[in-house]
Amino acid sequence: MKKLIIPALLSLLLAACGSTGGPEQTAAQVEDRTAAPGTGVATVTTPSMNGSGIAALTDPSNILSKRSVLFDFDSFVIKSEFKPLVEAHAGFLVKNPQMRMLIQGNTDERGSREYNLALGQKRADSVRQALTLLGAKEGQIESVSLGEEKPRCADQSEECFAQNRRGDMLYSGEF
Amino acid sequence: MTRPVTALRLLLAALLVVVSWAAHAQLSIEITGAGAARFPVAIPVFENEGALPRAVSDVVRADLERSGLFSLIDLGLAALPERSVPDLPALRARGADAVLAGSVVPQADGRFEVRFRLFDTQKQVELGALALRMAPAQNRATGHRIADFVYEKLTGQPGYFSTRIAYVVKSSNTRYELQIADADGMNAQTALASREPIISPAWAPDGQRLAYVSFEAKKPVVYVHTLATGQRQVAANFKGSNSAPAWAPDGQRLAVVLTKDGQSQMYVLNADGSGVQRLASSSGIDTEPAWSADGQWIYFTSDRGGSPQIYRIPSGGGAAQRVSFDGGYNVTPRPSPDGRSLAFVARKEGRFQVAVMDLSSRQTTILTDSARDESPSFAPNGRMILYATESGGRGVLAAVSSDGRVKQRLSVQAADVREPSWGPLPK
Repeated sequence: MKKLIIPALLSLLLAACGSTGGPEQTAAQVEDRTAAPGTGVATVTTPSMNGSGIAALTDPSNILSKRSVLFDFDSFVIKSEFKPLVEAHAGFLVKNPQMRMLIQGNTDERGSREYNLALGQKRADSVRQALTLLGAKEGQIESVSLGEEKPRCADQSEECFAQNRRGDMLYSGEF
Repeated sequence: MTRPVTALRLLLAALLVVVSWAAHAQLSIEITGAGAARFPVAIPVFENEGALPRAVSDVVRADLERSGLFSLIDLGLAALPERSVPDLPALRARGADAVLAGSVVPQADGRFEVRFRLFDTQKQVELGALALRMAPAQNRATGHRIADFVYEKLTGQPGYFSTRIAYVVKSSNTRYELQIADADGMNAQTALASREPIISPAWAPDGQRLAYVSFEAKKPVVYVHTLATGQRQVAANFKGSNSAPAWAPDGQRLAVVLTKDGQSQMYVLNADGSGVQRLASSSGIDTEPAWSADGQWIYFTSDRGGSPQIYRIPSGGGAAQRVSFDGGYNVTPRPSPDGRSLAFVARKEGRFQVAVMDLSSRQTTILTDSARDESPSFAPNGRMILYATESGGRGVLAAVSSDGRVKQRLSVQAADVREPSWGPLPK
């Protein structure tokens, strides 16, 4: 969260200094580079300047906005249908080595809460392992479990249980 | 490696933590099953009880009734003064096998002395006598203490009426509260209010602190929380998940489950978070540690053998022994205070039920006929087991006696209750 706010605030500050020549020049020196002619607004981009910038993470038409890997009952294997998703996120992490990810593993609600916490951890670890095998750095990712505590839906149906057996990928700023 | 805690995060955490001493939604208790042979006892109104702003003998009667072990013989309005021996044969003829005679004596300092004697009407002997000093507002605590006295004299076991229970109330997807109430459900107070889940509360043996797992940081973190002050400390926030705190009987250390080195494994650390040491290693999940009362063993759940089963390991480390063999899913081991039995949850044909295993015979009895039982917790006298279950579409707590006969249901209106933990006997 902090990593985005500070650069964003700095950029806004610099932009403001550049574009409003107020009636009073305060003691703060205006940075030369933002006062260059023809650049009235400084575009804020995150430190990743690689085509799939941070906006891609929340763009519904971009696969990176999809963050959940679903698992079969009693299983921790990433199904083939989720491989493109995992590859896309691994690619993003590789291209943006300063980005951090939190993977939260979840289970359906049947059984002991603490045992389910441990099962959810296995799901999160499975996603983390897949990402690091594809080149993401260990230090970029923390895998944790929410067990059965944060279900997507509350029905006692197989469809609902299936929605809850998942690993969710969160990026800096989202946790 | 602990996560860096910034000032902003601390502020957010502080905003989430509300120590509130206002009474909250009542935990109501109903009796749904009684003991096989209930002992008939008469607890008449105390002499001069009207001098108290609130009654004490009511609390005694309600406690004994709720235990499921006693039937209360009504003697009408007559009080039996403590200073004289009542007509025991006459009381026996009215069906009472024991009777409590009590008197309330105002003191010069504004307090009251409650003096009482318990008589056996069959043997025609006095079983015991006690006098308690109380401030007017202490009627409930005094009533519980008297009920403990009667219970102990008549059953040989310490009473649990002066104990407290901890549990989690979920009133919405963004409102969780860790609450503490008296064992009769009264005086519920919130120790922690949070937008994120709270699980696994565990009472320290001194009854002053609770350990628990909070998800307020979007991951599970173990805290140790001092109830009287609301001060709390992170006990474990390593990389990955931190959970399942269990106090050592010495109250100095906790067993916890950490994933910092890979899969969920058990470690022991000091209550302030220092001195982490690995307790056991396995190639599967090890979780739900629980110390035996004598501190010699740690019981736990592990799927190292392919399915979740109960094991135990010497508390100093060593070779683990498997304890459960019946069925494919046995979890949440909780040894009894006397060390002779083990409560746990067994899944049979898809139903999760509280069971008790006699540790010498290894014989197991299923204690409930519900389907979604969790988190069994022994009363400190070992006679009742508190657990979480579902009823009427919401989470409720229930209690069952260790022989399965006495049953109670404890619920909060319009909310889910879960994760109960029974506190220790008062010191």
